[in-house]
Amino acid sequence: MGNAVLEVNELTTKYITRFGENIYAVDHVSLKVEEGKSLGIAGESGCGKSTLALSLMGYYFPPLYYTSGQIIIDGQNISGMDPDEVRKAILGKEIAYIPQSAMNALNPTQRIINFIEDVIEAHKPYATKKEIYDQAKSLFEVLGLPAEVLNKYPVELSGGMKQRTVIAISVILSPQILIADEPSSALDVTSQKMVIKMLRNLMDSGLIKSMIFITHELPLLYNVTDDIMVMYAGQIVEKAGAHEMVFTPIHPYSQGLMGSIMVPESGLRDKKLTAIPGVPPNLKNPPSGCRFAERCKYVMPECRVTSIPLRDAGGGRAYRCILPKEFLMEAYERERGER
Amino acid sequence: MNAGKKPCLSGRGVTKEFGFGRNKTVAVDGVDFDFYEGEIISIVGESGSGKTTLAKMLLGLINATEGDIFFQGKKRNIGSHRKKKEYWKSIQAIFQDPFSSYNTFNKIDSVLLDCIRMRGGGRLPREKKIELMTEACSFVNLKFEELTNKYPFELSGGQQQRLMIARIFLLKPQILLADEPTSMIDACSRTTILDTLMQLRDEIGMTPIFITHDIGLAYYVSDTVYIMERGKFVESGTADQVILNPKKPYTQRLINDVPKIYEEWDLSTV
Amino acid sequence: MKHTIRQVFRSGKFVVGFSIFMGILLIVTFYPLIIRDAPLKIIGQGTFFAPGIYVNVYDSMGSPHYTILLDDAAAKRIADKLDDDDRQAIKEWLVAAGISEDAIEIENTESLLDLWVNNFDPTTRIPGMTNADRNYYIRLNTALDGLLSTEGAIVASVNPETGALEEKGVIRQTDYVNVNQVPNVRVLPLGTDNFGRDVLTELVQATAVSLRIGIVAGLIATFIGLVLGLVSGYIGGLVDDVIMFITNLFIVIPSFVLLILISFSIGQEQRGAFTIAVVIGFTSWVWTARAVRSQVISLRNRDHVNLSKLSGHSIAHIIAFDILPYIASYVVMALILQISSGILAEAGLSILGLGPRTTDVPTLGLMMNWAMIYQAHILGKWWAYFPVIIVIALIAFSMNLMNTGLDQVFNPALRD
Repeated sequence: MGNAVLEVNELTTKYITRFGENIYAVDHVSLKVEEGKSLGIAGESGCGKSTLALSLMGYYFPPLYYTSGQIIIDGQNISGMDPDEVRKAILGKEIAYIPQSAMNALNPTQRIINFIEDVIEAHKPYATKKEIYDQAKSLFEVLGLPAEVLNKYPVELSGGMKQRTVIAISVILSPQILIADEPSSALDVTSQKMVIKMLRNLMDSGLIKSMIFITHELPLLYNVTDDIMVMYAGQIVEKAGAHEMVFTPIHPYSQGLMGSIMVPESGLRDKKLTAIPGVPPNLKNPPSGCRFAERCKYVMPECRVTSIPLRDAGGGRAYRCILPKEFLMEAYERERGER
Repeated sequence: MNAGKKPCLSGRGVTKEFGFGRNKTVAVDGVDFDFYEGEIISIVGESGSGKTTLAKMLLGLINATEGDIFFQGKKRNIGSHRKKKEYWKSIQAIFQDPFSSYNTFNKIDSVLLDCIRMRGGGRLPREKKIELMTEACSFVNLKFEELTNKYPFELSGGQQQRLMIARIFLLKPQILLADEPTSMIDACSRTTILDTLMQLRDEIGMTPIFITHDIGLAYYVSDTVYIMERGKFVESGTADQVILNPKKPYTQRLINDVPKIYEEWDLSTV
Repeated sequence: MKHTIRQVFRSGKFVVGFSIFMGILLIVTFYPLIIRDAPLKIIGQGTFFAPGIYVNVYDSMGSPHYTILLDDAAAKRIADKLDDDDRQAIKEWLVAAGISEDAIEIENTESLLDLWVNNFDPTTRIPGMTNADRNYYIRLNTALDGLLSTEGAIVASVNPETGALEEKGVIRQTDYVNVNQVPNVRVLPLGTDNFGRDVLTELVQATAVSLRIGIVAGLIATFIGLVLGLVSGYIGGLVDDVIMFITNLFIVIPSFVLLILISFSIGQEQRGAFTIAVVIGFTSWVWTARAVRSQVISLRNRDHVNLSKLSGHSIAHIIAFDILPYIASYVVMALILQISSGILAEAGLSILGLGPRTTDVPTLGLMMNWAMIYQAHILGKWWAYFPVIIVIALIAFSMNLMNTGLDQVFNPALRD
């Protein structure tokens, strides 16, 4: 067991709408990321994965509010801290966050080096321009980015290059953990592959200790992360190693997700794809029982009554269902069967 | 392999240019193709490869700058509105974004009634129309009683895309162009849409043409795959040929760059 | 539709603008029903009568007189007659005559007069005072004596036989007339203008005419802009090029200059209010056409339009049902702005003397023009132009508020 870089206990955060309704988009989520490991978060749109990413930073601004739980990074609990304090002491240094459309956030009138100067000067006020340039250049070399990029304007860079530059800027203070929210979704496949390669490179070279990777593209997640966590309606429904999760999912929702993966490989065509009918519940008044009950084909009357806890399934796996894992796994095998 | 089959849609030197002089861009650059009846065809390309422009030309929504499109062996003639209307009885489309595919001022009933009218059922009695609409909705697992008097935007993305298939069910075209039909839909609903489309194909015997950037999807659904790059078809053939054993460097690169799960994904090639 | 309207009325800005506008409309509609005077009737001989209540002097003599004893009546009468210059002069004389400055209260009419009556002596010679000044003080003293006297005024009439004046009656200083018993009273809340016409009646009529001009101009401009924009945006190609060429020509020539030239060439006698409205409408469609065109271009490639085509609908059907509803909110907003700018354009034209001919109807611009020609602003006759400015501002303000309110409803990005 490596030591935990990030530990989250029962974190709950909510959105408050204009009409005063509470939407618990992250509901009692616990997770642990160890040094040298990466964690993937999967789920449909609206399941709370992006909100979880925002909440993990400990930097809350309306309409997102902190409710309860702990976020411990490097032994320090940041969940109750003042947002300003978090911004100064934690963001960039301990946690780096790359939002969905990060590459479009670059001010078009500034050169890339200016963004890096901004980041470094905020934390090291006495650094000279030369020092900063050298530091940036060596980082870019490690990450395989050409040094000329530093003197270019964002518009001169292609989408893939811009995204990789943003990632490089975000890790310049060598944070403990990098949270990347759909970093490659808007890119073509080749640029996407480059981004993935760079993220792996970051982990291997020890520039960041651990990573949380959020995407709805499961084949990517499988190739980037060590563990995968599936979220549904603000809750974790299953946790497992990447390989186990993709090939032997337990929870019916994970089964639906993993069973709908389409890749251009010979393994794909002999198996049937799975489907889940219906839509996720409205989080304004979530169902009192299992949140997946409405769409689940194994649903039983007791599913709708009480909420289901996360059950340990051995081998570091856990799932949120009252049915035994053997039954669920067999059913999945049968369903996917021959085409 | 195509001996004995006849092409339902072919093209010779089909070209589309936008702009003039220095601003001229060639979106589709002299492509030749024969789409055979009864096959499932995929046109795969990255964004900007011209696949949507080609689809619009096939649909007759825009005119080709050069080249000819043949429909059922004869040169296509869709000059007048009446001829276009006739053509659109045989070829229909499903668009990428269900949320912008419907007129937000029209109710669901009117979307389906348009299709009945198109098939010459405009003068049918009300009960008969409702029966037809109910049948179409139940085919795609929607309940017509719940949809009537609702607007399309009140449905979820998956439901809207299924309503689009219900439209096709009523129109019964010979060719269906599906332009990224699942790219805006959540993974779980994707399979449902594809399955329903396949079911519909068996039911009314149409030829579906998928326009997509998702190579996995193309491999899963289609018999014949066309790979498009910068307005040209670089490679075509059966799905197994093209995707498992690509011959052209572009196709090889494209397939290499898509994340894999069954085999090792080679990251060293970029 | 119902939903949209409900949403529109939930916007505070729209509601405020709408109420102001409806208020103006109500006044414009109901005022002429109550006050049935012709708006351009000249009722006063002379220019710029100040706002107030006008009581007929002849009638008030014939009306029953009542004696009311009020202590301060005389003081008020004198205080009204004594202007600031006189008070200052009195003070100067008293100081020169040796009364301490602290004892003189210039604002207190009673004590000032007391001091004057007790101290003034026409024979006193004050060193350094000219004869002219002395005569002024003597005249002032006489006038004050007259005011202070308690005699009534004699009303006399000419005897038709002898030609001599005969006393008919005396109007005492304590006589009062009940205004309600005087048959001829005229309230002029905004006075009269340079021709002696009631400004309020004129203003109400002018507002109505200006609104009509604005609405006609706005409708014409919006209609032309909408049709040209729809056609050039949807059909595109050569048609688009030709229409855009014309539109760009109109943009290059400032529309107000064009407006001036057209109005000028029509000639004063042919220019009725309606003609002016049409001319304004025909010169201000340019921006609407361009805006509608760009909206239509972005709409015509939308999938819902393609779907409508695939459902076999004709071009007319697509324009009417798949394009127009999407830009309807925009067109309504453009119409509101066109109406308000039409009113302003009329005002601008009329100030330059190029407005409608001046003989049949007033407009807001014409009223401004008259006030300006007769130098109301130099003479300080504020009632001749200030209310007009307020009305123009109120109309423009309410229209812009409605427009902003609508914008907030239709562009959710602008909310909050």
